[in-house]
Amino acid sequence: MTTLTDPPKAAFKLSMLIYDTRYRSITFQVIAMIGFLTLIGWLFNNTAQNLADLGKQPSFGFLFQPSGYDINQRLIEYNSQSPHLRAAFVGLLNTLLVAVMGCATATIIGVIIGVLRLSKNWLVAKVMTLYVEIIRNVPVLLWIVLTMAVLIETMPSPREFRGENPAASMYLFDSVAVTNRGVYIPEPLFSRSLGDLHLFGDSALNFNISLDLWLIIAVLIGGFFASSLIRKRADRIQEATGERPVTWYLRLGVIVVPLLITLAALGFHLGYPELKGFNFQGGTHMRNSLIALWLALSLYTAAFISEIVRAGILAIDKGQTEAAAALGMRPTMIMRLVVLPQALRVIIPPLISQYLNLTKNSSLAIAVGYMDITGTLMGITLNQTGRELETVLLGMLIYLTISLLISLVMNWYNERVKLVER
Amino acid sequence: MSTVSYVRTELLPEKAPPASTVGAIGWAREKLFSSYLNSAITVVFLIAIFYLLKGLIPWFFSPTWDAGSIKECQAITAGGHGACWGVIHDRWVQLLFGFYPAEHYWRPILAFVLLFVALAPILFSEYVPRKLIWFSAFYVLLMPWLLWGGAFWSPLLIVLGFALTYYGGKFISQKFGAPAGMIAAVVIFAAWFLYGLGATNYGINRAVGQMRLDSKIQELTQQIDSLKAQRVDIREQIADILARTRDTEAKVDEILSKDVITDEDSKTLHDLLDELAPARIEVARLRTRLNNINQALADDETLIRQSKQMPALIAALPAKKAKAKELRAALPDTVSTILTENGLKSLITRIRDDNLEIPRADVAAITAAIDAEKDLRNSLAKIQQVYADVARIGLKPVVSRDFGGLLLSLTIGVVAIAVSLPLGIVLALGRQSNLPIIRAICVGFIEFIRGVPLITLLFVASTLLNIFLPPGTNFDIILRVIIMATLFSAAYMAEVIRGGLAAIPKGQYEGAASLGLNYWQSQRLIIMPQALKISIPGIVGSFIGLFKDTTLVSIIGLLDPIGLSNAIRADTDWTGIVWELYGFIAFLFFIFCFSMSRYSMYLENKLKTSH
Repeated sequence: MTTLTDPPKAAFKLSMLIYDTRYRSITFQVIAMIGFLTLIGWLFNNTAQNLADLGKQPSFGFLFQPSGYDINQRLIEYNSQSPHLRAAFVGLLNTLLVAVMGCATATIIGVIIGVLRLSKNWLVAKVMTLYVEIIRNVPVLLWIVLTMAVLIETMPSPREFRGENPAASMYLFDSVAVTNRGVYIPEPLFSRSLGDLHLFGDSALNFNISLDLWLIIAVLIGGFFASSLIRKRADRIQEATGERPVTWYLRLGVIVVPLLITLAALGFHLGYPELKGFNFQGGTHMRNSLIALWLALSLYTAAFISEIVRAGILAIDKGQTEAAAALGMRPTMIMRLVVLPQALRVIIPPLISQYLNLTKNSSLAIAVGYMDITGTLMGITLNQTGRELETVLLGMLIYLTISLLISLVMNWYNERVKLVER
Repeated sequence: MSTVSYVRTELLPEKAPPASTVGAIGWAREKLFSSYLNSAITVVFLIAIFYLLKGLIPWFFSPTWDAGSIKECQAITAGGHGACWGVIHDRWVQLLFGFYPAEHYWRPILAFVLLFVALAPILFSEYVPRKLIWFSAFYVLLMPWLLWGGAFWSPLLIVLGFALTYYGGKFISQKFGAPAGMIAAVVIFAAWFLYGLGATNYGINRAVGQMRLDSKIQELTQQIDSLKAQRVDIREQIADILARTRDTEAKVDEILSKDVITDEDSKTLHDLLDELAPARIEVARLRTRLNNINQALADDETLIRQSKQMPALIAALPAKKAKAKELRAALPDTVSTILTENGLKSLITRIRDDNLEIPRADVAAITAAIDAEKDLRNSLAKIQQVYADVARIGLKPVVSRDFGGLLLSLTIGVVAIAVSLPLGIVLALGRQSNLPIIRAICVGFIEFIRGVPLITLLFVASTLLNIFLPPGTNFDIILRVIIMATLFSAAYMAEVIRGGLAAIPKGQYEGAASLGLNYWQSQRLIIMPQALKISIPGIVGSFIGLFKDTTLVSIIGLLDPIGLSNAIRADTDWTGIVWELYGFIAFLFFIFCFSMSRYSMYLENKLKTSH
């Protein structure tokens, strides 16, 4: 009879650190760790030595000194007496502004182009392919500076809107003026405004949020909620009786009617831009730099998004559509209930990574003088205070935070829609 | 008797399909006019394309190739609704090469052509001999030498370093076993590239320099004479051409100064400029040549002066050394740790601000010591520099700030692409590894780099990298940018390759292990070939992305095509130029990026083994 015995325990020898796979991984990790720590220590040491030589002590105190420069495109109150921290905050809000606007338009354009590329119409498909190939094989920075140059060089100056027979005219019933100094659009005004909500008191990061805006958003959310209740009720009736009640006018009504009532109660009206003196007054002034950045980033990212959308739709097996048709579904239902939910699972992760790219590419704002976080904190503040280390590291940290937040959302969504396999 | 009267025994011949479903008409019916909506869309698109081309074609074919300024363009096209191609005629060389010296253009061109030879074993492996891969390896050293210049032995010394490492490691490992060999290889490598290379290079420079010092002075003197003669000659040529074209230029000015320019004037102007353009280009070329000659003269004269000072400089060295040593030794303990001028400056600030108790005499002593050391350092550097200049048998050095245009983009792009692929593979393997510490380091690096925009990394390159490195390090801005671009691209590459690795079924790893292959063998022979094949589209995608991202260097002040375009648009001759200039630059980038993406499709097809 044989019995299994443990292999004889070999005494530990130094050479086993390299030849024995059980210890080798530990050896390698220890070496890697030592190397890594040495590198970090070396960099820290150099930095400390260099900074001491330059007579600079790393400190973030400069953030609370008056900035001494103006920012022309801003979402919150700011003047040259405000501290550098507030300038950075203005820049951050500008980054987020162009990122959000860019993501929205890029998605719309990208989805349209992606769907049109799959069109059965040869001409449409080819034109869209041409667009995508041209846009994405040329650097985004070139698109940004080109758009800026086109806006400045070829748009009419405000002077040309003057006179009996002006050389240029405003668009959309005299409400939008496109000039070489920027675009003027109507601004929303409230004659019975609720006032502002002041946040963060006297700190450098204080800002106001319009209560009118909050109210409108609240009413909208309420409307959508009510609409979804109606839909669920319709679903229940359909399941019980097989007949689906017609509810679209009800669902539209619960969204639109309260909104209109709120707007009327707040005294909503539009403030139109008007030519006064040498320039337009009133309305919202979107500067060329913002428009150029927004347009170029949207068009560029749209080309990539269209590819993602196309790939997502192509990834859905034709059998799915055919099976749905065999069940008697109409084409719109097939799209809404069968194809889109599956395609979105493929589309969303790369789509969000495109949003991430757009946000990071918005740092190219500095090329056209749009004051985003790169232009303020890592641009003028850096030059004025000479604090390269602090400003650049802080700027990187801010971008890193934005990126990680977006990644977190992406991972959460991925978990939610992941195929559950048995 | 059969009731069936007739049974066909063969098939009827096929009839031709209806005329409306074949040929051009059938194609158009199916692809363009399949429904009312489709027909309407087709018509709308056709009309839009027609109007676009109607505007674009006359604009594109405008006879302004010879114009010398935007004003002349507008006069030729009478109203300005035509492209102004004069700017491209005037600046295309600059957009391609930046300020790279014109007489050395053959170097980047040769480097570019050889790049394809070096890439051939990788790109078109089935058509070229395998041995060519050795040239590819050597090209890595050849390219910087061609572009930046220098003595011919500098790339060879680097090859020598690799050879020493390889053969030294092999020798030791045969004698004392593999671990000792590995350690020896690392030590040899570090010793050669940290100390040996510089010392050997200086040794060669000194030996050759001492040998050639006198003959070089003579050679330079002769060269100066010939350059001066050339200068006179060129000045005469310029004056000659200007005199010859004076009348024509006057006529051009006359037309330009008119208030209303008629069609007749436009035509005359076009003919005049047609005649004038070669002369203008020639004058511009000669002026550049004149500048270069002046520069070369100044360089030669400096080198002669310095060469003549050499004996005195060398003779004074021991005294300077002794003095520096003596002054340093005499320093009191409180200040003897201060080594650099910056340290001295910060000491003085601290004395002022923090009221440090340091006697004035000590400060004077350390100032003297630092000055003496600085003097010694400067003398040594000067001697080294003169030896290097005198001894250089090879290509004339070109400084990085002269790099520009597409040349700059390609240099940064090609180097960063070539280095980032292996780095990306290593990072991807590290991220997939089951050693937690290595994985953590790789994940941290990748996520950090991918989380920040490239422009912030370029800011690090331009402002911070010198702070992170040992005091006194100051290396080339292009090299710093290349380092950052490489790290950036490597992180993205790592993610692409990780995707490929994740797609390899577990059975492949297990199969490799069951064959007795170790980790590196299984990666090299089984896993990587498959993983890389799957990730080709992604890899080429990040190559294209990196090449496009090289334009960002214009933001930190380098003159890539976009940086140059800003300079050109600021030039009074060309203010107001938009489409022609950016169109040309976009075209340059488009060619490279588009061909890369097409090549990736070809490669994907070639390597496709599934059905």
